[in-house]
Amino acid sequence: MADWTLFEVFVRSKHGLNHKHVGSVHAADATMALENARELYTRRSEGVSLWVVPAEQITASAGDEKEPFFDPADDKVYRHASFYKLPPEVDQM
Amino acid sequence: MYAQQVDTGSKGLKSLDEMSPEERHFQEKVDGEVRIEPKNWMPDGYRKTLIRQISQHAHSEIVGMLPEGNWLTRAPSLKRKLQLMAKIQDEAGHGLYLYSAMETLGADRDEEIEKLHRGEVKFSSIFTYPTLTWADMGAIGWLVDGAAIVNQVPLQRCSYGPYARAMIRVCKEESFHQRQGYEILLTMMREGTDEQKEMVQDAINRFWWPSLMMFGPSDENSPNSAQSMAWKIKRHGNDELRQRFLDQTVPQLEFLGCTAPDPDLKWNEETGHYDFGEINWQEFFDVLKGHSPCGIERIQQRKKAIDDGQWVRDAAVAYAEKKQANNAA
Repeated sequence: MADWTLFEVFVRSKHGLNHKHVGSVHAADATMALENARELYTRRSEGVSLWVVPAEQITASAGDEKEPFFDPADDKVYRHASFYKLPPEVDQM
Repeated sequence: MYAQQVDTGSKGLKSLDEMSPEERHFQEKVDGEVRIEPKNWMPDGYRKTLIRQISQHAHSEIVGMLPEGNWLTRAPSLKRKLQLMAKIQDEAGHGLYLYSAMETLGADRDEEIEKLHRGEVKFSSIFTYPTLTWADMGAIGWLVDGAAIVNQVPLQRCSYGPYARAMIRVCKEESFHQRQGYEILLTMMREGTDEQKEMVQDAINRFWWPSLMMFGPSDENSPNSAQSMAWKIKRHGNDELRQRFLDQTVPQLEFLGCTAPDPDLKWNEETGHYDFGEINWQEFFDVLKGHSPCGIERIQQRKKAIDDGQWVRDAAVAYAEKKQANNAA
């Protein structure tokens, strides 16, 4: 099995929702990966749509969860609605 | 449990001051209940311990299909055949979730399976016992899967993200297993002949003690356990989990109208728990060493399944290559 490709599996659980990563499967090709993923991750109607992606095709941000990569977002509190204080009369906004 | 006596390589716990900056950062994350993910730095011992534990757990799920497979063709009705088949398929799925989680630590699946076949790593002691009658299917679902649930529920909060997430899926499916097992026994006790009722009691007699042994010997003074707890791989001691299992199981046993093969089993008003007799740990250690009714046979069956399936895997690869060549042409 070492020569089989590792595929990451994404399931859309209901129409209207986004696909979510659920795990991985090994398979000889993408068609087999889809079938294996169906057997492994949707035995109880957990999905209406499946994606399989070769794991090596995924580019991920590396390292720890609190890495400098995400720092630029930390000092921009004005991007949040709660930053803007409004009088109670119009605070429903 | 499904992973028993896992070696952490630890001789004793380090204090935060004795740790390297990396180790300290790691331990503080663990202490703060931040999950560890595959790309995060982790101590070598943590990685090795998890590989040992998850591979043993995965092997147990896969080997655990065999004692039940033994009854698949002889289940008493089509309904029972379908239910048992669904349970066995779940066990295969659990094994695969776990092998995937193990691979995120850099372990190779084929290599770990080879180690199982060479007898270098173990599977759970419980699956070395034979399944002699149909009632054993009920006893396994109820007692063995019941014990597994007690162990696996806290593993959903294990510090290692992929293992914890695999456990969440496993636990969701496991409760069907336990209920279908209990229902088998309940049906036999309510509608069965005297002989069938005796089968139920006999199955309970044989699986009672091995189920209690699944949690492993007391680990109060074990350095491995202390290390696993500090790393939050393990969250409760073996004795505590065993007691929890027993306390929830005895009323179900009484409801069935059956008894446990333990004359010392009785409710203790003072402690609010059931007292129980001495466990024969020699049997447990013998089983782990391979002196068991079916231990060797199980491994031979697993090896045969892998070997006999080689042509299917070869064919799948050949087909994939041919399709790719056709697409390219």
